[in-house]
Amino acid sequence: MAQNTTVQTAGHDEHHHESPVVFGFWVYLMTDCIIFGTLFAVFAVLRNQFNGGPTGHELFEFGGLGLETALLLVSSITYGFGMIAAHKSQVSKVILWLGVTFLLGLGFVGLELREFAHMIAEGAGPDRSAFLSAFFTLVSTHGLHVTCGLIWIVTLIAQLMGTTEIPERMMNKLTCLSLFWHFLDIVWICVFTYVYLASMI
Amino acid sequence: MLGRLSLSAIPLDVPILVGTFIGVVIVGVAVLGLITYYGKWGYLWKEWFTSVDHKRLAVMYIILALVALFRGFADAIMMRTQLALAYAGNPGYLPPHHYDQIFSAHGTIMIFFLAMAFMTGLFNFIVPLQIGARDVAFPFLNNLSFWMTAVAFILVNVSLFIGEFSQCGWLAYPPLSENQFSPGVGVDYYIWAVQISGVGTLLTGVNFFVTIVKMRAPGMTWMKMPVFTWTAFCASILIMVAFPVLTVAVALLGLDRYFGMHFFTNDGGGNQMLYLNLIWAWGHPEVYILVIPAFGVFSEVVPAFSGKPLFGYSTMVYATCSIMVLSFLVWVHHFFTMGAGPDVNAFFGIATMIISIPTGVKLFNWLFTMYKGRIQFHACMYWAVGFMITFTIGGMTGVMLAIPGADFVLHNSLFLIAHFHNTIIGGVYFGYICGMNFWFPKVMGFKLDETWGKRAFWFWFVGFYCAFVPLYIVGFEGMTRRLNHYDNPAWHPWLLVAEVGAVLVMLGIACQLTQLYVSIRDRNLPQNRDVTGDPWNGRTLEWSTSSPPPVYNFAIVPHVHELDAFMHDKENGIDTRQAGAQYEAIHMPKNTSLGLACGIFALIFGFAAVWYIWWLAAIGLVGVIGSVIARSADKDIDYYIPAEEVARIENEHTRKLMAQAAE
Repeated sequence: MAQNTTVQTAGHDEHHHESPVVFGFWVYLMTDCIIFGTLFAVFAVLRNQFNGGPTGHELFEFGGLGLETALLLVSSITYGFGMIAAHKSQVSKVILWLGVTFLLGLGFVGLELREFAHMIAEGAGPDRSAFLSAFFTLVSTHGLHVTCGLIWIVTLIAQLMGTTEIPERMMNKLTCLSLFWHFLDIVWICVFTYVYLASMI
Repeated sequence: MLGRLSLSAIPLDVPILVGTFIGVVIVGVAVLGLITYYGKWGYLWKEWFTSVDHKRLAVMYIILALVALFRGFADAIMMRTQLALAYAGNPGYLPPHHYDQIFSAHGTIMIFFLAMAFMTGLFNFIVPLQIGARDVAFPFLNNLSFWMTAVAFILVNVSLFIGEFSQCGWLAYPPLSENQFSPGVGVDYYIWAVQISGVGTLLTGVNFFVTIVKMRAPGMTWMKMPVFTWTAFCASILIMVAFPVLTVAVALLGLDRYFGMHFFTNDGGGNQMLYLNLIWAWGHPEVYILVIPAFGVFSEVVPAFSGKPLFGYSTMVYATCSIMVLSFLVWVHHFFTMGAGPDVNAFFGIATMIISIPTGVKLFNWLFTMYKGRIQFHACMYWAVGFMITFTIGGMTGVMLAIPGADFVLHNSLFLIAHFHNTIIGGVYFGYICGMNFWFPKVMGFKLDETWGKRAFWFWFVGFYCAFVPLYIVGFEGMTRRLNHYDNPAWHPWLLVAEVGAVLVMLGIACQLTQLYVSIRDRNLPQNRDVTGDPWNGRTLEWSTSSPPPVYNFAIVPHVHELDAFMHDKENGIDTRQAGAQYEAIHMPKNTSLGLACGIFALIFGFAAVWYIWWLAAIGLVGVIGSVIARSADKDIDYYIPAEEVARIENEHTRKLMAQAAE
C-alpha cells in the first residue's frame, strides 16, 4: 500500500540509475506472494476439517464464480489498455480505462461479498468449521487486496485529473499498480482452481 | 463507547506496577520538561522525528533498542529474583498472573524491540555508507518503518499500565492463547504489537534489499561488497521470506480470537500444530536474521584490529549464504516432540547439525584473521573474542538439542533456555555492542570510552556464564521453563548463582550507561575526537567520509576498484573523496511528517482494536490510509543541495584533514 509513496532515490545524478520504485514494488509483491502461499498452505491443511458442517462441494456454485472470474480477468485487459494510453501520454484515456477497471473490480468485490453474505446466511460462516475459516480467510485476503487496489485506482485518477502529461513519478505509480493488479489476477486463478474447482469436482 | 475498557483495567492492586508507573511518569515529565526548558522541540521535530536521513533514523533505532534493553532486562532480573526466592513453599513475590506476563514480555521485547531495532539501526547507519550510496532506496519508507517499530514498542508498554500483557510466552502458542483460555486483552496487545512492528520490519527488509541490489557505488561488484553489507543483504532476504509467514500466523490467531474462527482452536477442526509450524517457519529464520548481521560486525571488527584483511572473504560470503538457505530447513527442531515420526525428525535433526559447518567456517576465518595479525586489544576485540568462545559453546549445545532423542528429554527445559541465551547474548548482543563500539565514532564524531567499555564487557561476560551455566545444569536435572515456583531443594543453589549472574549483567549494563556518559562528557578531548573520519585505519568506504558524515554521505560517489575499497585506495595513494574536484548539486529527499502520522494512527488503531473500541479503530485505520494517500499526493518531496554548499562542507573537512596530518 505504501509503495506508491516512495521517493525517487537520492543522488546518482552522474550515472543516473533508473528509479528503484518499480523494482522495489515487485520485490514487495513477492513478499505478498508468500502471504498468499502461506494461506494456501493453511487451506491445504484444513480443507477437509468440515466439523460436520457443509463441504465445498455443497456450497460453491459455478454461475456467480464464473462471472466474478470474468470480471477480474477483463479488468486486467482494461488496465493494460490504460497502460498503453499512459505510454502515449494520453491522460484522458488513462483516466477512462482506469475508471473501467475500477468498475469491473468493484463488480468483482460486490459479487464476492454477495457470495459471502449468502453463505453466512446459510449458516456456513467462517466460524462454522476450520475449513470455512481457511476458505473465508484466503478468499477475503484476495478480496481485501482488490479493495486496496480500488482505493489506489481512485487515488491515481484523482491525481491525474486536470493534468496533461504523465511525469516519471506518476508513470512509476501506474506501473506499480499494474503489477499489483495483474498479480491479483494470478492469485485469483490459483484460488479459482485450488479452492473452488478442486472442491467442486 | 469504550469497548471493554474501564477503570478496572488499571492494575492499581499490583504495587510493583503502580511504583513503575510513578517512576515512568516522573522520568517522563522530567525529560519532556527538559526538552521544553531548552526549547528543543523544534529541533527534535525537524532534525529527528521527521528526518528521512538513514543516519538519523539509525540513531533513533539504537536509542529505541537501548530503552527496550532496559525494559527487557528489568523483566529478566525480576524473573531471576522470583526463582531465587520461590521454593519450598515460599510463593516468591510475583504471583503467576504477573510472572507469566513478565516472561512473555521479556521475550517479545528482547527479540522484536531490542534485537531487531538494534540490527535495523546498524543496517541503517552502515549499509549505505559501505556501498557508497547517499541514502537508502526508499527514505520515506525508512522513516515509516522506524515509527511502526517505535509505536509497537509503545503499545507493549501501554499494556503494563492499562490492562495486561500476554501470559502465553513470547510466541503465544494456541490453544492457550485462544479466547477460551486467555479471554483478557493480553494476547491482543501481543498480536497488534507484533503486527505493527512486523510492517516496519518487512518494509526495512525490502528497502535494504533494493538498496544493496540497486545502489552500490560503481565498480562494487557482488564479490567486492563488504561482509557486513553481505550479511545485511542475506538478513533482508530472510526478512522478506520469513516475516510474511509471521504476519499470517499471528493474523490467523487474531481471526480466531476476534471472529471466532477455528484455525487453532480445540474444537471446530482447528489444528494447533499448524500454528507451531507457521510460527517457527518464521521463528527459526528470525534467529538467523539477528545473528547473521552480528557475524558481519565481527567480520569488520576482527580485520580492523588485527591489521590484516579478512581471512577467506569468499568462504565467508558462501558460508553466510548457506546459513541463509539452511535456516529455512530446520524449523521442526523446535517441536520434535510433536510426533512427526523418526524420518521427519531425523531430516530436521541432520539439517540443524549441518548449519554448524558454515558457522564453523566463519569461526575459523575469524581465528585465521587474528593469526599472525598485529592485534590491538581494543574493547571491540574483547566483545569479538568473548563472542567466539561463548557462541561456540552455545552452538555445541544447539547441536546437542538437534539430536531428536536428546531433545525429547531437554525440550522446554531450562537447558533450552540456557542454549538460546548462549547464542543470542553471546552472538547477537555481543555482536551489536561490538558494532556500537566500532562505529560509534563514525556516528557521533567521537570515540566511546574504552575503559568503561572493557568493564562492561567483563561484567557481561562473567555475568552471562554465572547466570546461564546453572540453567544448563538445572535443565539437565529436569527443571522446565516458565516455572513460577518449585520445591526441589537441589535446584535452589544453582538459581541463587543465576541470580548473582543477573546482578553482574546489571552492573555490565550500568557500565555501558557510564561509558556513554563519560564519552559524551569527554567528547572534546583531542584523543577522543575523530577528526579524520578513520579512527581505526578502516578498510571499507564508510571510513572515507567525515565523522559524522555530511547529510549526503559522499560529495562524489566513490569508484570501487578492489575489495576493501578504502584500504586499497589508501595503499595506492588514491584520494577516495576526490577532494577539490568539481562538485555538483546533490539531489536529496525532503523530511516528512507523514511517517510519524502513519505511526500514530497505527498506534491508535492497535490500542482501539485491543479494547474493542471500534469507532476509534476506524479512525486509526482511515488515518493510516489517509497518511499514505497524502504521501502519494505530496509533490514537495525532494530538494537540491547547491554545489557551493557541498564545496564549503567538503573544503572544511579537507582543511581539518590537512591540519591533522600536519600535527
